[in-house]
Amino acid sequence: MSTSPLSLKEQGSFVELDARARVRALLDAGTFRELIDPFERMTSPWLARQGVVTQSDDGVVVGKGRIDGQPAVVLAIEGAFQGGSLGEVGGAKIAGALELAADDNRQGVPTRAVILFETGGVRLQEANLGLAAIAEIHSAIVDLRQYQPVVGVIAGSVGCFGGMSIAAGLCSYLVATREARLGLNGPQVIEQEAGIAEYDSRDRPFIWSFTGGEQRFRTGLVDAYVQDDTADIRSTVVGLLRRGRPKVERSDQYGHYLERLASYDARVQATPDIVRQVYHVNPIANANSAGAGHA
Amino acid sequence: MHENTLSRGATWLATLTDNAIGLPGYSPSVRVVDAPLAGQPARYIAVVPDSESSYPRARTGETGLVEGWALAQAVHEAIAADRDGPKRAIVAVIDVSSQAYGRREEAFGIHQALAGAAGAYAQARQHGHPVIGLIVGKAMSGAFLAHGYQANRLIALNDDGVMVHAMGKAAAARVTLRSVEDLERLAADVPPMAYDIASYATLGLLWKLVDVDSAEQPSATDVDIVRGALGAALDDIKTDPAPDLRSRLGGANRQASALVREKLRAQW
Amino acid sequence: METFDFQYPAGQPATGRVMVGVVGSGDLEVLLEPGTPGQTRIRVTTSVNGYGAVWQAQLDRLFKADAQGWPAAQLEINDFGATPGVVGMRVAQAFQTLGNAAAGDAS
Repeated sequence: MSTSPLSLKEQGSFVELDARARVRALLDAGTFRELIDPFERMTSPWLARQGVVTQSDDGVVVGKGRIDGQPAVVLAIEGAFQGGSLGEVGGAKIAGALELAADDNRQGVPTRAVILFETGGVRLQEANLGLAAIAEIHSAIVDLRQYQPVVGVIAGSVGCFGGMSIAAGLCSYLVATREARLGLNGPQVIEQEAGIAEYDSRDRPFIWSFTGGEQRFRTGLVDAYVQDDTADIRSTVVGLLRRGRPKVERSDQYGHYLERLASYDARVQATPDIVRQVYHVNPIANANSAGAGHA
Repeated sequence: MHENTLSRGATWLATLTDNAIGLPGYSPSVRVVDAPLAGQPARYIAVVPDSESSYPRARTGETGLVEGWALAQAVHEAIAADRDGPKRAIVAVIDVSSQAYGRREEAFGIHQALAGAAGAYAQARQHGHPVIGLIVGKAMSGAFLAHGYQANRLIALNDDGVMVHAMGKAAAARVTLRSVEDLERLAADVPPMAYDIASYATLGLLWKLVDVDSAEQPSATDVDIVRGALGAALDDIKTDPAPDLRSRLGGANRQASALVREKLRAQW
Repeated sequence: METFDFQYPAGQPATGRVMVGVVGSGDLEVLLEPGTPGQTRIRVTTSVNGYGAVWQAQLDRLFKADAQGWPAAQLEINDFGATPGVVGMRVAQAFQTLGNAAAGDAS
C-alpha cells in the first residue's frame, strides 16, 4: 500500500491508499496536520493483554486541515488493522474530533468533517468500549450536522458494517465505489444466524447485489457512486460539501421509509429489483440528495 | 393470537405506566405509551416481540427495519409535539436481544432504519428532552445503539438476565476464532469484553445499578424503586451543563477515552 | 505475541522521525526516531511466536555491516506476520522516507 508522503493529489486508486494517505489526499495540499500521531503511541489499553499486537494510531487517523479552503477534519479508519474494527482509543479519536468540530461551529468556525469508513464495526476484543464509542460517534455526527454536512466515504475493500454502518446512515451524504459494501451485519454472521439459504456469505455477487455501492446508490441509500479514483473522490467530496446541509437528513425520513416499506409484502423474499422498485428513487423527487453519481 | 409470557420489556413498560394504553399507529413490535414520570409528562417506548411480524427474521423481539423507523417516528413525534413547550422525558425501556439478521433486512437497509432511531433519540436529547435508558434485559449491539444508547442517563437492573454487549457469546466466539470458554476467561481480565452487568458498571457508562426483587415479575416495591431511580435521573440530568454524553467519561476503565479527548483539544 | 530487542553499531543519529506501514496481515509498521549516536536500537513486537532467530538473521543482514550507511536510529517494529522480505522493504522504506524528508521533499 502506498504510504509515500508525496502522493498528495495522485491520480490513481483510492482503495489502495492506506488511511493516512487517504486523509492527505482529501485535504488541500500542504494543510494536513495529524492529531495524536503515531509517535504519541496512544495505543489500545486492551489488546496487549490478549496477545494482540497494537498499531501506534490504534487504526484511526485524525487529520486537520482545509478542504476547498474551509476548515475541515478528516477521520480515516485503517481497514488493514484488525479489519478496521473500532476500539476505545480509535473510537474516541473519531468521536472527540467530531465533538470539537461541532464546538468550533458554535464559536463561529465552520469546521466540517469527512469520515472514511473502512470498518467491520466494534472491535470484539474491546466490545463494550467499542460499542460505547460508536454511540458517542452517532451523537457527535447528529450534533455536527446541525451546522455542516457530514460526508462519509466508503471505498472498500473492507466496506462499512456494524455500528459504523449506523454512523454512515447518520451522515448527510455518502459516497461509495463499486467495491464498497454498506450493511449492518457481516455476511458470515447472517449466514450463521439465519442459515445459508437466507444469506450465503461466500456468494460475492449475491452480497454485492444487495449491499454493494452501486445498489445502495440505485436505492437512494448512498448519494454519489464514483470510480475508485482519488481525484474523482476528492472532487465529489468537495461538491457535496459545497451543497451545504440537505433540507431533510436521510435518517430523519422515517415517514417516507415506513410508507415505502408498507408497500412491500415482506412475505416475499427480497431481491435487488424489488428493493429498487420499493424505494423508487426518483432523481427529481430526491432533490435533497446529491444525485451526483456518475459511474 | 397466541398469548406468550410477556417479555421483560413489555412487562416493565406496562408496570411503569400503570398499564396505560399504547399509542395507535405503531407496529405491534414498538409500544409507545404516554404516561407521567415524577408528575411530569413522559413518553415510554419499548421494542417487544411480534410473532406475527411479516418479517420472518424479526419475530422474537429483534430490532429490524420496521422497528428502527417506528422508534424514529415515536421520538420525532414527541420532539415535534413539544417544540414550543416543555420537553417531555423519554424513557427507553430496553430489552433488545439483537438486531434482525436477514436478507430483507440488509436489502432494505436496516443500518439506515437503526440510524433513524439513533438519530431521533440523539436529537431529542440535544433539543432538551431528558432521555433515560432503562435496561431491564438485554441491550445488545445495533439494537441498543438504536434504542437507548443515546440517553442522557443509563440505568440497569442488577440481574443475571441483564446484559450489554456488542455480539452474542456464540457468535463472538466464532468471529474471533476462540472457544466460548476462552472468551469467558479473557473477559475476566478484560472488563469491556465481559457480559455481566457488574463488569459493565465498571466502565463508567451506567449511571445507576438498581437492585430489585424480581426483574422478570416486578413487585410493587420493585416498581417504586425503579420509579424513584427514574425520577432521580431526571433531577440529575437537569444539572448537566450541556445535553451531551460527557457524563460517561469518568470510569476508571475508560481513562483512555478522556485522555484522547484532552489531547485532541490541546492539539486542535 | 513476542518482543525482541536488538542493537547495532551505527553512525550519527537520524535527524527526524518517520512512520511507515500498517499492522495488517503479512505487514508491519515501523516507527523510526533519532537514536543515540553510535547505536541503532530496535524493538520488535510480533504476533508470530518462535521466529526470534529469523528476526535476528534478517536484522543482521540489514544493519550489521552498516552497509546502507543508515543513521543511528531507534526503531519500533509492530509486526503481524510479515516475511523477512517485507520486513526489509518496510525498514528500507522508513530510512528512504527519512532521507527524502531531510532532502526537503516531503511534508
